[in-house]
Amino acid sequence: MRIEINNAHIVDPANNVNKIANLYIHNKLIAAVGDKPTDWQADTVIDAKGSYVFPGLVDIATRLREPGQEHKATIASETYAAVSGGITSVVCLPDTEPVINSPAEVELIQQRTNATGHCHVYVIGALTSQLKGSMLSEMAALKEAGVVGVSNVLHPVANNLVLRRTMEYASSQDLTLFYYPIDHSLAANGCIHEGLSATRMGLTGIPTAAETAAVGSCLALIEQTGVRVHFCRLSTQRAIQMLERARFDGAPISADVSTHQLFLSDMDIADFDGNYHVLPPLRDRSDVAGLRLKLASEIIVSLCSDHQPHERDAKLAPFASTEPGISALETLLPLALQLVKDEVASLVDIISLLTYKPAQLLSINAGSLSPGQAADLCIYDPTIEWQLTTESMHSSGKNTPFLHKTFKGKVTDTFVNGKLVFQNNS
Amino acid sequence: MQHFLTTESLSKDQLTNILDTAESFTNVDGGTVKKVPLLRGKTIINLFFEASTRTRTTFELAAKRLSADVLNMNISSSATVKGESLLDTLRNLEAMHVDMFIIRHQDSGAAEFLSRHISPHISVINAGDGRHAHPTQAMLDMYTIRKIKGEFKNLKVAIVGDLLHSRVARSQIHALRTLGAKEIRVIAPRTLLPARIESLGVKAFHNIETGLKNVDVIVMLRLQKERMQGALLPSEHEYFHLFGLTKERVALAAKGAIVMHPGPINRGVEISSEVADSSQSVILKQVSYSIAVRMAIMAMLAGNQS
Repeated sequence: MRIEINNAHIVDPANNVNKIANLYIHNKLIAAVGDKPTDWQADTVIDAKGSYVFPGLVDIATRLREPGQEHKATIASETYAAVSGGITSVVCLPDTEPVINSPAEVELIQQRTNATGHCHVYVIGALTSQLKGSMLSEMAALKEAGVVGVSNVLHPVANNLVLRRTMEYASSQDLTLFYYPIDHSLAANGCIHEGLSATRMGLTGIPTAAETAAVGSCLALIEQTGVRVHFCRLSTQRAIQMLERARFDGAPISADVSTHQLFLSDMDIADFDGNYHVLPPLRDRSDVAGLRLKLASEIIVSLCSDHQPHERDAKLAPFASTEPGISALETLLPLALQLVKDEVASLVDIISLLTYKPAQLLSINAGSLSPGQAADLCIYDPTIEWQLTTESMHSSGKNTPFLHKTFKGKVTDTFVNGKLVFQNNS
Repeated sequence: MQHFLTTESLSKDQLTNILDTAESFTNVDGGTVKKVPLLRGKTIINLFFEASTRTRTTFELAAKRLSADVLNMNISSSATVKGESLLDTLRNLEAMHVDMFIIRHQDSGAAEFLSRHISPHISVINAGDGRHAHPTQAMLDMYTIRKIKGEFKNLKVAIVGDLLHSRVARSQIHALRTLGAKEIRVIAPRTLLPARIESLGVKAFHNIETGLKNVDVIVMLRLQKERMQGALLPSEHEYFHLFGLTKERVALAAKGAIVMHPGPINRGVEISSEVADSSQSVILKQVSYSIAVRMAIMAMLAGNQS
């Protein structure tokens, strides 16, 4: 099968490509970008004049809810939602039921993906046994089973001694530690940023120090051990400044932010709407501005969805009793490209954060359009206007504060391994 | 107004209207009229997920004086224990053709949440949600202040105690600001003040002697015994030593200042018996006025129902 995509504006930061050109797919792989391969006979020709072609997006934080939480979502439903948003590689996190604690759970996810998935699924395994925070998980076995990293996600690690041990052990297995900087004693049972909205609504706040204290301790341990750590889902300006400073001093670290933290602050939480309940919480407006300012800095290597689909009931309760998280796969690219319009970063910088940079972080072969690479890509038409509605969403989770927002620009076609897995029909 | 959930979004006219209506339910001697037929045939459910004596009974009395049928339900002991969700509990009760719910719940935002998911012909009155709001308490406090001190515009009011956990204080602050009080002060150690409290339009004091100087109204808040856990305070003894309202401290306030408390009071913890029983204390008046104010709010909501 030979596919030819003509006249598209191709943005492939890994190869320094940012031009109108043709792209050639042969079977599962990219054959060429620009010059036509010799003896080329296309089976299918797609005219993409006026559209962009991006490498398939790599999302490093995607709850697929399988195994164990199929009432929220499944690998089938969420990987389809992913490809409908131009995402071709997702990374699922270990807080499933059961926890991704051993090769058995990793294999289960791989099998389910092979049977029902629509895109590549990578797995991050548990950092501590059953995510309980006190004993090491069997990281060597997890590594052999193919995990791309280890994390304790939002579950606390008992103390800094255990954290140090997990860092050292993960490092000796050559596994990247994905660390969520939350001091759980300071965050306690908070559900909202400790600030004006918390005070006005009488909700328990999570102070900025819950993030900065955790970043501070972890940086001290990195200095002690030399272990490389990736900091997940930063929410405060101050934490990014600390990490930037530490990196300048030579610390082997990187970080990411989720798109909603770049658009929403605690002041947007109106009427106790549980769709705004996320962890870490939506911060102050100055944090949103601060995160935007640092988005193009070296420390940030991924802009991610932090996708957390929920069933309707999970959000049908008073604010503090709702489950945190946003169904965000289908707004990842639209919001990211809004940042280009808002002149927060260039198109190339934004596409880098969505493609090859996270792929590098995960050490996976994805995120570029190099010849010989798996043909994972999307075609994006910047002129289509559309509205995010529960009906238009493909994810099983309809929990998003961006519901009813109108976007300009939409993914029209997504290819995974050279196969058309999504086409926009509207 | 279909629901009464918070004092925050209400205008000065709306608040004043409530106070004036409450006045019309009051006799010359300050008591409440015995019975009027305004809510005859209406069914009101007192839905309390948290224990309460004063608020529940005064709501019940107010409803009965308006000739409504009242049902009291203490949910903490029944349905939620069986794992029924808040919304399911409500839907079941709704099916019994209720006209008005009076709700107290431990979660901030609970009353607002229920008002959004209820049939459009039913009214919800918030009788206290978490730390968020207790608007009928605030209105009866405003009524008491106006009754005794007159206009709000010359008044300095101090609220003393556990503001972090107090829904009463939040509702009072919004109402006092809208009604035009000259100055609102909050007095507490930093552990009992929520972040950026000044943004609500108040001045914060950590010293009661400075904070009470020249105020016309002193509002004391109840100190929950559990606050010693979680390292918010060292002991009741030290709290009383630093923030307890004594005769000497009352004397720092303006001449004729009144002392209020939403109850129930902890004698010797936040207030001395001497002050609680003094002529400046209007704590029991607050209780008797509460019936007229709650009648007013119920009658006004019922009047707006189709």
